[in-house]
Amino acid sequence: MSFITRGFSGCSRERDERLPPGQTLVQDFPVLSAGPTPEVDTAEWEFTIRTESSVHRWNWDEFTSLAIDDVDTDIHCVTHWSKLGTSWRGVSLDTLFEQVETEQEYVMAHSYGGYTTNVPLDELLDGKAWVAFEFDGEPLEPEHGGPARLLVPHLYFWKSAKWVRGLVMMEQDEPGFWEQNGYHLHGDPWTEERYW
Amino acid sequence: MQHVDGNALAGPLAEFFSFDLTTAIARCSGCGAVGELARTMVYRSGAGTVVRCSECDQVLATLVETADRAWIGLSGISAIEVPRG
Ligand SMILES: [Zn+2]
Repeated sequence: MSFITRGFSGCSRERDERLPPGQTLVQDFPVLSAGPTPEVDTAEWEFTIRTESSVHRWNWDEFTSLAIDDVDTDIHCVTHWSKLGTSWRGVSLDTLFEQVETEQEYVMAHSYGGYTTNVPLDELLDGKAWVAFEFDGEPLEPEHGGPARLLVPHLYFWKSAKWVRGLVMMEQDEPGFWEQNGYHLHGDPWTEERYW
Repeated sequence: MQHVDGNALAGPLAEFFSFDLTTAIARCSGCGAVGELARTMVYRSGAGTVVRCSECDQVLATLVETADRAWIGLSGISAIEVPRG
């Protein structure tokens, strides 16, 4: 049906079906920061996963030697913009969690600069999340969260924590920084889980 | 000791929510610095506004606004002083 309409009009005013409700397409990449941009040297950078029983650590060289995925995905910001077909490179959370034993089902992501955000573990696994360090073929710039940021594209983009430095396993879901201050605990753009 | 319900706050709290907040003085719960809110560091992002202590950088307050609702979080402020009279 839609393609017939398009054929007649030559252009379409129909909604792109990749666009969740309440979102508008942008071509640029708005920068949203809640503090000064942390300057993190990759020589100092470290990523950790802390469980109930142990801490797993990777430095920059170890981290970038892991299997790297190319990720093409749409991203959706709670402030009503979406950007389609963005390209990233990073390490899948499946790869990181191969080495991790945990019974706990919730994750708090922590960033350089102090920001936190919560995500259930099962929403980070099975090809749903990465720690990304390249955007559009270039190293991720500090203003976009470099050296590395979490990338959880199926949730609103505030869950894709910039300057990520580690994940802490939790027994129960607890609100992160913005989730304590009005934003939704979960953040699914397709059901518009924007705020409390 | 007996308590009453939160309706009793209407009078006392009206004072706190009706003055110019920038003239208020706040105590940072992180470093203990006491200073005017007007002298804090304010970062605006699409997600919301974050107010940080100019001494220690701790988050003092957050503001989130939508068309029909607004939130203020005061997680890093242990007390606020407002001028009277
Ligand atoms: Zn302070």
